[in-house]
Amino acid sequence: MYEFLDDFLFSYQSLIYALGINGLLALSMYVVLAIGQLSLGQAAFMGLGAYTSALLTLKLGAPFPLVLLASMAVPAVAALIIGAPTLRLSGVYLALATIGLGEVLRIAFVNSELTGGALGLSGIPEKAGYTLIFSCLALALIAFVLVSRSRIGRAMEAMREDEIAAGMLGVHLPRYRMSALVASAMLAGLAGALNAHVSSFISPNDYGFDAAVTILSYALLGGIGSPFGPVVGAIILTLLPEVLRPLHDFRLVFNGLIIVIAVLFMPHGLVPWRIRRTGARA
Amino acid sequence: MNGAILALENLTVRFGGLAAVDGVSFHVEPQTVHGLIGPNGAGKTTAFNLISGLGHQNDGHILFNGETIDDWPSWERAQRGLARTFQNIRTFGEMTVMENVLAGMHAHVGGGLGATLLRLPSFRAAESAAIGKARDILGFVGLADASARRAGNLPYGDQRRLEIARALASDPKLMLVDEPAAGMNPSETASLIDLLLRLKARGVTLLLVEHDMHFIMNLCDHITVLNFGRKIAEGTPVEVRSDPSVIEAYLGTKVAERLEAGARVR
Repeated sequence: MYEFLDDFLFSYQSLIYALGINGLLALSMYVVLAIGQLSLGQAAFMGLGAYTSALLTLKLGAPFPLVLLASMAVPAVAALIIGAPTLRLSGVYLALATIGLGEVLRIAFVNSELTGGALGLSGIPEKAGYTLIFSCLALALIAFVLVSRSRIGRAMEAMREDEIAAGMLGVHLPRYRMSALVASAMLAGLAGALNAHVSSFISPNDYGFDAAVTILSYALLGGIGSPFGPVVGAIILTLLPEVLRPLHDFRLVFNGLIIVIAVLFMPHGLVPWRIRRTGARA
Repeated sequence: MNGAILALENLTVRFGGLAAVDGVSFHVEPQTVHGLIGPNGAGKTTAFNLISGLGHQNDGHILFNGETIDDWPSWERAQRGLARTFQNIRTFGEMTVMENVLAGMHAHVGGGLGATLLRLPSFRAAESAAIGKARDILGFVGLADASARRAGNLPYGDQRRLEIARALASDPKLMLVDEPAAGMNPSETASLIDLLLRLKARGVTLLLVEHDMHFIMNLCDHITVLNFGRKIAEGTPVEVRSDPSVIEAYLGTKVAERLEAGARVR
């Protein structure tokens, strides 16, 4: 039995890591969608976290806990800087501005010698593991559930439903928008650092527009009624290509088809239920 | 004037060449129901938007409790005690009735991120106090039994009440109420008048936009009349009702002349 488990974990190690990391990325997307904003900068923040952590580990040999903290702090600072001008935008304009951020960073990574150019950085020691990755995911989920059942969570949902009405109730809209973007950047940065320290290799193309859209699709498939939705979406979209492997060449066709059907017939996502809030009891 | 809770001074806003609100000044005395009336397009809702911070005037000032609030964003006005309801109802449809009212208390419920995450006693105390207060407010507007229902599923009249409850939850000194009786039947309107009078008795000052004249005349202590963005009359309901410029604005010049002629013959 243990042998089987060992074999299983060995064969599917990178897939299982990906489940946890993509779950974190899905939560990073969730936190901005939860207040009704559409930001596509998550991949860029992930890249920033990944490069920060890899450079600190490789060049400075910094202790891992410190590396993880830095991988959240650097994207957070970046979010504060780009948030100031871009959060005045909303809807597709914010999405476009944050796509721009992703492209700027990608080109910077490609052209900088420090970051190894287009080849990226390799030989990153494997310092993260199952325990760390899934503890981070669990902690993040618990934090989101706790926040959603509070004044802050109610303000976030109010903003998502009607920002003008939320503002008229005293919700400090700019502060909430900025906090959501910073929290999103920190989660994405952490996911990037964890990913860098299990896959040993990172390159600029991992954090481009494709990645940004993939992260968005986790949240859209799972639904944003509760933080569990995006995580479920991430798990399904990460597993699907593996589960569909027997279909060989038709794999991507079915992958796409399943997503289209899910979005068409379940517009609120696969997990439409909301968390029962404090005070919802009659 | 000095004790006014709200004062508009020469308020003007232009959309391109159109002055939607044009040099309007009036003030609202505390603990009164003040009506803002006028034909369609008179600038009533625009004035409401300026007062609540959803638009910005080109000229003039708004004073709230003696303070100039021209540069305050809407959430700051709300935090300081200015609440409003909307002409097209804007309750949070996906949230429960209770959650809507709790959201209304946003500015007054304690609990930072740390206390929330750690579920500190201060957080729990603040939440349960808020829930208790929300129950009181729901009872006050007559929605006590609906507290667990999805707000979007409530009948129209109840959604209006919920919007008022949500605004009341923010502990306002002044509540702007935009066409509360629109689309209501006579019995709903009557109970709404009763609710607004009880609000006044609670110490909330009301500034009311409404087309239902019966409603306005029954409720208001003082009325300001706008037409084409300008103030054309103000006074008590009786004064305003007999003001020729008001009759003209509502009924047109010819009717006003005929009424005057009729009065002379009699």
